[in-house]
Amino acid sequence: MSKKARFDVRLVVPPVATGALILGIWYFVSYVILDPKRRFLLRPPHEVWSVGFANGDNFSEMMEGLLATSKTAFWGLLTAILLGFLLAVIMSQAKFVERAIFPYAVVLQAIPILAIVPLIGFWFGYGFMPRVFICVIIALFPIIVNTLFGLLSAEQGLHDLLTLHNTNRVTRLRKLMFPAALPAVFAGLRISAGLSVIGAIVGDFYFGQGEVGIGQLLKRYAARLDGEQLLAAVIVSSGLGVLVFTFFGWLANRVVGKWAGESRGA
Amino acid sequence: MATLTFSNISMRFPDGTEALSDVSFGVSRGEFVTIVGPSGCGKSTLLKIAAGLLDATAGSVDVDRNGIGYVFQDATLMPWRTVRRNVELLAELHGVDKDERQRLASEAIDLVGLSGFENHYPKSLSGGMKMRASLARTLTMKPPVFLFDEPFGAVDEITRERLNEETLRLFEAEKFAGLFITHSISEAVFLSTKVYVMSARPGRLVASFDVPFGYPRSPEIRFDPRFAELSGEISHALRGAHS
Ligand SMILES: Nc1ncnc2c1ncn2[C@@H]1O[C@H](COP(=O)(O)OP(=O)(O)OP(=O)(O)O)[C@@H](O)[C@H]1O
Ligand SMILES: [Mg+2]
Repeated sequence: MSKKARFDVRLVVPPVATGALILGIWYFVSYVILDPKRRFLLRPPHEVWSVGFANGDNFSEMMEGLLATSKTAFWGLLTAILLGFLLAVIMSQAKFVERAIFPYAVVLQAIPILAIVPLIGFWFGYGFMPRVFICVIIALFPIIVNTLFGLLSAEQGLHDLLTLHNTNRVTRLRKLMFPAALPAVFAGLRISAGLSVIGAIVGDFYFGQGEVGIGQLLKRYAARLDGEQLLAAVIVSSGLGVLVFTFFGWLANRVVGKWAGESRGA
Repeated sequence: MATLTFSNISMRFPDGTEALSDVSFGVSRGEFVTIVGPSGCGKSTLLKIAAGLLDATAGSVDVDRNGIGYVFQDATLMPWRTVRRNVELLAELHGVDKDERQRLASEAIDLVGLSGFENHYPKSLSGGMKMRASLARTLTMKPPVFLFDEPFGAVDEITRERLNEETLRLFEAEKFAGLFITHSISEAVFLSTKVYVMSARPGRLVASFDVPFGYPRSPEIRFDPRFAELSGEISHALRGAHS
């Protein structure tokens, strides 16, 4: 039990070693594979650091972009959660409603995001709401599917028990279906949160106007052949993805970790 | 009039499966009736009909549906609730206030020997303990009719015997009308006032045995020659029921 808290060499060494290996390969490509004339294609890590992160102006530009992107992703995710949850609850109430809605959720999911972004810009302009809308489109499906699956996952015996005690729909939802759905809901949230970040970046990238987010910065740096800043922006945006993923993993563990899953020694 | 009465119950599922055919019997308070029968003969179906979870295609059940306690084959605990909160569930559904609910739960948890585990989640309980929690949950309602659907089929033999003894004590204390389903003949004889043998599908009652032991019962009756003799007879009837 106390093992967990202590510094465990076996937990730390492997990822650190992988990281070192990646940096090594990076340096190798920068200095050995690329000749000096073509080194701009992959700047060595310390230059990316000094230009992209250690330079105050460049860094604050990137952070502002990150903030704008995060804001879009956040509102998109929140809307997708509310909408997806509502739709899943409605679908869980009757099979025919599920049959009526589900195919369209699948269609929504199947739309290539790159195809829909210009259309959304064309229809709704390039402001904040259309960006959020893109995030909703891309993040909605996993929430619907996971929530619905979760709501329907409650054990039949528990349903019988509630039926036996004349439980109404609302109480059944509250006391049985919602809690039963939680683990699946969190799995969906984790996926959707990452997708919403992608939606925010893609929207910003293609709109190319309005409040400057990571998407526009990526475009700008690429156009300027600004290798260091481009790599820094890529690192930062994947960092954002990792952050939301980790956050929802942590949240899931806080909320359902105590009871979900079979007992495992870990 | 018995507390629970089945009159000419037949059941045919929409897909044409004939599960029960003309089953009639009653269970009164202070009676503990057990049904043994081959797998798939319609035993669970009969209990579901009794509880109103299924409607029979023919015949009728006479029972007060508000007074039914149903112990399922699986413990069917809510994994997100602790033992205490699981045991409180039924009282909660019936709008019993918090203090009374907790009192009922504590009492039931004591009765099944789960004291000390109130705050455990189901995932950290053994199969036998889960079954106890499930039993405690039903007990909080003090139901005059108790339906048991093979409740101890999934626990080991020693735990099963202990749970049998506890069930017996509960019955002796509460004198409910008990209807119990099992595949274990010794469990049937040990607990019951009466044992019915059901035929293969469609289930019919093909034999009935009165158990010659009164209550309170001691575990010692398992070593009584009459226990072995009766078990043999039931086993014989059951073998006939399979064909
Ligand atoms: N909803 C249903 N639709 C169709 N057939 C069903 C349905 N439920 C049960 N059956 C069938 O009815 C028969 C009786 O089922 P039941 O569950 O009552 O058997 P059982 O005696 O409890 O069996 P076991 O001892 O294995 O628990 C079985 O053949 C089963 O496959
Ligand atoms: Mg059964």
